[in-house]
Amino acid sequence: MTYVDGNVLAGPLAEVFGVDFTAVTGTCASCGFAAALATLRVYSTAPGFVARCPSCEEVVLRLVRTPTEAWVDLRGARSLRVPLT
Amino acid sequence: MAIVTPGFFGKRRGAADRLPPGQYLADDFPVLTAGPTPVVHTEDWEFTLTNEVGERHTWNWRELQALPAETPTVDIHCVTKWSKLDTAWRGVSLDELFADVDTAADYAMVHSYGGYTTNLPLEDLLDGQAWIAYEYDGEELLAQHGGPARLLVPHLYFWKSAKWVRDIELMVTDEPGFWESLGYHDYGDPWLEQRYQGD
Repeated sequence: MTYVDGNVLAGPLAEVFGVDFTAVTGTCASCGFAAALATLRVYSTAPGFVARCPSCEEVVLRLVRTPTEAWVDLRGARSLRVPLT
Repeated sequence: MAIVTPGFFGKRRGAADRLPPGQYLADDFPVLTAGPTPVVHTEDWEFTLTNEVGERHTWNWRELQALPAETPTVDIHCVTKWSKLDTAWRGVSLDELFADVDTAADYAMVHSYGGYTTNLPLEDLLDGQAWIAYEYDGEELLAQHGGPARLLVPHLYFWKSAKWVRDIELMVTDEPGFWESLGYHDYGDPWLEQRYQGD
């Protein structure tokens, strides 16, 4: 089964957080790999988005959008590096 | 002259009557996955039931195949709104596997090769409602559909029918699985349209 690149998450994450995530770098909590959003492997043919580390394939971020809410799980991200300027 | 009422054959209902609310009929068999497809060879495959005090019952592939098989033909319903009618499977009833398991637990967490989890009440795995399925439509179960073996619990949304099933852990208290911890309903009855928490 194929995955798509992390840019598919830019819109849903911007909707939730109001931040342009295309410039955000997340560090995988499992292996420590620092990955720009675009490099995440996103499995979207699923009940939600599951973004996996391009290095170790562990889950870095999950997002489900229900009709009324968004649920975001960032347990797989040790940190998010967000440019402010 | 025999008189047979339409209601006599429950499975003879029209397709529309067999679609839970909000579902549409799929002609193909969509493949949904939350990650890479695990490669599990039958010579390495094991399935374990662990009760709430840690007692383990384990079967390898040969032992599973030696157990009495059933051939359920069932309708399946995915929370992403497709349904598929009269899907034909072959596998071992969970009743068979639980026969020698001593437990007072009410809940189960299903674990898959690849890390997926899903939770459900133990009673939904028993009484002819669930199987470890290893054939679909007369062929060995393809990896993309959960082969070599997947859980089959057709009366709940299909995310509960974990692909690549590896073990079932019995629990005294309920805990959420992979999708249940991210907004999806804890139980997932398609006829009550229990898609999301609060439904």
